[in-house]
Amino acid sequence: MASAAQRRIKSISYAKYGYIFILPFFLIYFFFQLYPLINTFVLSFHGNDTTVEKYVGFDNYKAILFETDVDMDVVKGRSPKLENMTPEEKKEARLEEQNKVGLKAQHDLFTKSFKNTLILWIGNFIPQILLSLSLAVWFTDAKLKIPGKGFFKVVMYMPNIITAASVAVLFLSLCSESKYGALNQILHSMGVVKDIESTSSSDFVKFVSGKWEPRFVVMFIQTWMWFGNTMIMLMSGIMGINPSLFEAASIDGASSGQVFRKITLPLLSPIMVYTLVTSMIGGLQMFDIPYLYHKGTYDINQNLRTVAVYIYERFHVSGTKSYSYGYSGAASVVLFIVTVALGSITFYMNRDTDAIAKKKQRKKLEQQAKVQNKQFGGLGI
Amino acid sequence: MSNMKSVYGQGKDNYMFKIRLKSTILVIWFVFLTIICLLPIYVLLINATRSNNDISGGFTLIPGDYFLKNFKNMRTLEYAKSAFRPLIGYRNSAIITCSATFLTVFFSALTAYGIHVYDFKIKEGAYTFILLIMMVPVQVTSAGFVNFMIKLHLQNTYWPLILPAVAAPAVVFFMRSYMKSSFPLDIVEAARIDGSGEFRTFLTIAIPMMKPAIAVQAIFAFVAQWNNFYTPSMILLDGDKTKQTLPMMVQAVQASDKFTDYGIVYTCIALSIIPIIIAYIFLSRFIIAGVALGGVKE
Repeated sequence: MASAAQRRIKSISYAKYGYIFILPFFLIYFFFQLYPLINTFVLSFHGNDTTVEKYVGFDNYKAILFETDVDMDVVKGRSPKLENMTPEEKKEARLEEQNKVGLKAQHDLFTKSFKNTLILWIGNFIPQILLSLSLAVWFTDAKLKIPGKGFFKVVMYMPNIITAASVAVLFLSLCSESKYGALNQILHSMGVVKDIESTSSSDFVKFVSGKWEPRFVVMFIQTWMWFGNTMIMLMSGIMGINPSLFEAASIDGASSGQVFRKITLPLLSPIMVYTLVTSMIGGLQMFDIPYLYHKGTYDINQNLRTVAVYIYERFHVSGTKSYSYGYSGAASVVLFIVTVALGSITFYMNRDTDAIAKKKQRKKLEQQAKVQNKQFGGLGI
Repeated sequence: MSNMKSVYGQGKDNYMFKIRLKSTILVIWFVFLTIICLLPIYVLLINATRSNNDISGGFTLIPGDYFLKNFKNMRTLEYAKSAFRPLIGYRNSAIITCSATFLTVFFSALTAYGIHVYDFKIKEGAYTFILLIMMVPVQVTSAGFVNFMIKLHLQNTYWPLILPAVAAPAVVFFMRSYMKSSFPLDIVEAARIDGSGEFRTFLTIAIPMMKPAIAVQAIFAFVAQWNNFYTPSMILLDGDKTKQTLPMMVQAVQASDKFTDYGIVYTCIALSIIPIIIAYIFLSRFIIAGVALGGVKE
């Protein structure tokens, strides 16, 4: 028989501590992240500049995603219709058209930023994954005798740790389009860059203000910064594969190419998918390097404007510009939808397929048992 | 018999030769990659020791003797002084980074502990929620965040940079996985029987037991905060140099037209990355181990 004290002890619940311990996380999360997220959605349905308070429905989305045709003649005042209008009507029509041009500009900026993001991401992901995968395979190959593996790993991871802003400015200086740029100096001494006659200048490669050259530099920087990180992640994936599989293959006389294609790659695919998706989400967020890779006097290089840079430029006010929370919010929501889609792919791929298969099998067995039971008149055996 | 032996021996020699050849080629390739990884940093350090004229003269791998002069110019020339002030930058970055790192690891451990140790109704729901929000990029919320912070008049203060560090879903996820594998619940029971309060159990038993996980996550949180340019640049809007962080000062160097002396530019960049490189030299072992654990998610 339990005494009153024992009964009371049994009924002590520690659940409230659970709530107390996780409370700060959720309070701060709701205040600094969830509410801002909701606020972004709200802002995306409101106007820009002076009309921030006004509800505009899906106008911002229409502007950045679909706005394409603007009659330039009307804008420049060459429209025949304008002649028959009163000055007020004219003014209004002009304003409307100017607004349309603004919308068209937003559409162009946004689609271009999406295109740039995609180009920069593909251009850094493909070399990065090839390099990381081959390095990971070689580093984990027990047959090869490679001294100083630890040193190589440490050095290859190092670029990842350095401040991205400093890396961007460093490469900006190294790739400078003048006699000060180290890269152009090397090309000059190799004879690729030639002096222009009758001036003191040379025809330097446009690593900063060109179209494809800066893109290649940014792709190189991104690969340079991230291949070590991807390599170490893939290495831990390969080391998680049962080593007896490699041993068996080696006894059966498989070549290293066969081992890679038939064992490593198939067993590594969940981690590869994870790497792919995290890299894609990371690529959508690419900001520091494309944003800082331009010299002060020019505006940001439009061939490097990524989606993240587009969003940032809309809400970050500098100089004479005004807040465009609407476009910024709409672009953020588009980015959010893309991220959610990509994230759900990883969740789908990473789900425990074995557990699901087992569950299915169990169900099948149960059904079979039921059918058999019915056959025996529900009597059971 | 002897014939067979020689055939066998030849095959073995052949095999060993192939392995050795492949290893040698690979080592050469790795050395090449090592050079690629280090060269930009090396050129940066070399150019920081050369004058503007030397730099325009050509590319070299031999250090010059101009570093102190560059440093002095950086401290005395008006345009350089107004854009890049390393000591103030170090101080501001350190204030933000240390407080944010402390908040991240402490509250993540607390949250993971709460979810792991106690049974309560929304436990699984809360954990699933944390997993779901792990991948939301910061850019998605930033427009609303800036708008909200300006409404609260918190722009140009450090609060919006430090306080959000309390909620770090990826760190909670990592700590929870660590606790699952190496924090038995019996210990909590034992502490209760000995009369320890719940919060005291967490502080004096759970935290010391989680030291390895906390150390790894603290390093990553520290590096991420120290290198963060995005958040400070959208909150600290008034251009007040005494408040800016180090990456923002680097951006000021990049954005200014007046930095025509490349010796000074390289000196500024070098000063901005030297602390983190020194830290990396000492902590690289932990960092590599942490990445291998999947502790970093970006």
